[in-house]
Amino acid sequence: MTEDSKLKVYALESGTVIDHIPSPLALKVVEILGVQHEGIITIGINFPSSQLGRKDVVKVENLKLTPAVTDRMALVAPTATINIIEKSQVVEKRKIHIPNEFKGMLRCPNPNCVTNVEGVTTHFVREGEGSKPTVRCIYCERVYRQPGDLVV
Amino acid sequence: MDLKGCSIVSIRDFPKEDIQAVVDKALEVKSGKWAGALDGKVLATLFFEPSTRTRLSFEGAMVSMGGRVIGFADPNISSAKKGESLADTIRTVTGYCDVIVMRHNIEGAARLASQVATVPVINAGDGSNQHPTQTFLDLATIQEEFGRLEGLKVGMLGDLKYGRTVHSLSLALALFGTKFSFIAPPSLRMPEYTLEQLKGADTSFIEIGDINELNDSLDVLYVTRIQKERFADFQEYERVAGAYRIGRDSLKLLGEEVRIMHPLPRVDEIVEDLDKTPNAIYFRQAHNGIPTRQALLGLVTGTIQ
Repeated sequence: MTEDSKLKVYALESGTVIDHIPSPLALKVVEILGVQHEGIITIGINFPSSQLGRKDVVKVENLKLTPAVTDRMALVAPTATINIIEKSQVVEKRKIHIPNEFKGMLRCPNPNCVTNVEGVTTHFVREGEGSKPTVRCIYCERVYRQPGDLVV
Repeated sequence: MDLKGCSIVSIRDFPKEDIQAVVDKALEVKSGKWAGALDGKVLATLFFEPSTRTRLSFEGAMVSMGGRVIGFADPNISSAKKGESLADTIRTVTGYCDVIVMRHNIEGAARLASQVATVPVINAGDGSNQHPTQTFLDLATIQEEFGRLEGLKVGMLGDLKYGRTVHSLSLALALFGTKFSFIAPPSLRMPEYTLEQLKGADTSFIEIGDINELNDSLDVLYVTRIQKERFADFQEYERVAGAYRIGRDSLKLLGEEVRIMHPLPRVDEIVEDLDKTPNAIYFRQAHNGIPTRQALLGLVTGTIQ
């Protein structure tokens, strides 16, 4: 984030900054992370970005999000970067890890899939490589190219 | 390859070597080597969706190799009708038999069954998803005709969008360097996600709308039925179905040596004048269901190695 854009967002003493979220997905990211009731959250939308064109930023105050939590947004915002802040200093920087399997995280849109009929926990495997993965339901075997839309 | 205790859910679960090994075993069974191998074994056939050929083929396979069959062919008499979950039905039946064969209208039902059963589950069709034993018998028929699966020119004709047999068969053949010709009307083309997965070494495909556009002869033409219910307009169905009908005349375009296959039932997409030609192998293909299913039943119960 540039100095200019930093000033436009509420400065953080302690917590987690999620940067490089493709616009306009900040609200979706907050929902997926399940942090909407976890204290003060600052959301910035449509910052200019050399990498993405436009990007969103989410700051979660006083909460250090673990990789297990932030990796949940892998299919929505795989380009996101995570900065953990302590005493106004970045103490940890990391990228999103895209898992090979997604259990219970996505819903299968196929109404005739057993996961929608028998109440089975969904299970998808990643098929594509890179930042735009596709996923395949291990039950009905359908392949989906926009897995971000399937996140529950 | 050791399939003892394994379920047969999807052709995707099989690497190339195992596909070849199952096909070889099916032809070994056909030669009479494993007579009586299923003696004392009990098969439970759970047909939550009506089926004639597949069910009879499995039952015939089991009985003629010494095994016995329990089960139902009408979902209205199963406990599913009383509201029992599929998982509970399987947990119960698994204690009554050595192997389960299941057909279900819900996609993924066989995968779920294989996760809760303590005996192998063989998928006999789950909705429009997979029907792996059909794929294995198709492959065994091709192997029997050509002595190999490698490097053949295979055409697939008709409804390539909804037909589960062509999806599974193309995924399997793609591992063997097949040159595919997909021949279908624009509305019934092979789905993009299936085409993207045909990535085996030396595998290639072309998509055309008519057999007149073929620029080379074929080794195999796999014909599928175009179903009326896919079309809102009956006249449009008649026009399309007529363009994808194969008869003796078609052999000039396909090559005189081409083998014509079909998963059956056929309606009128193959004209009966073709039946008596040496090119027509679809009934032999259906009969190969017996040794292929015997091989799979024997492999998963450990009575055939």
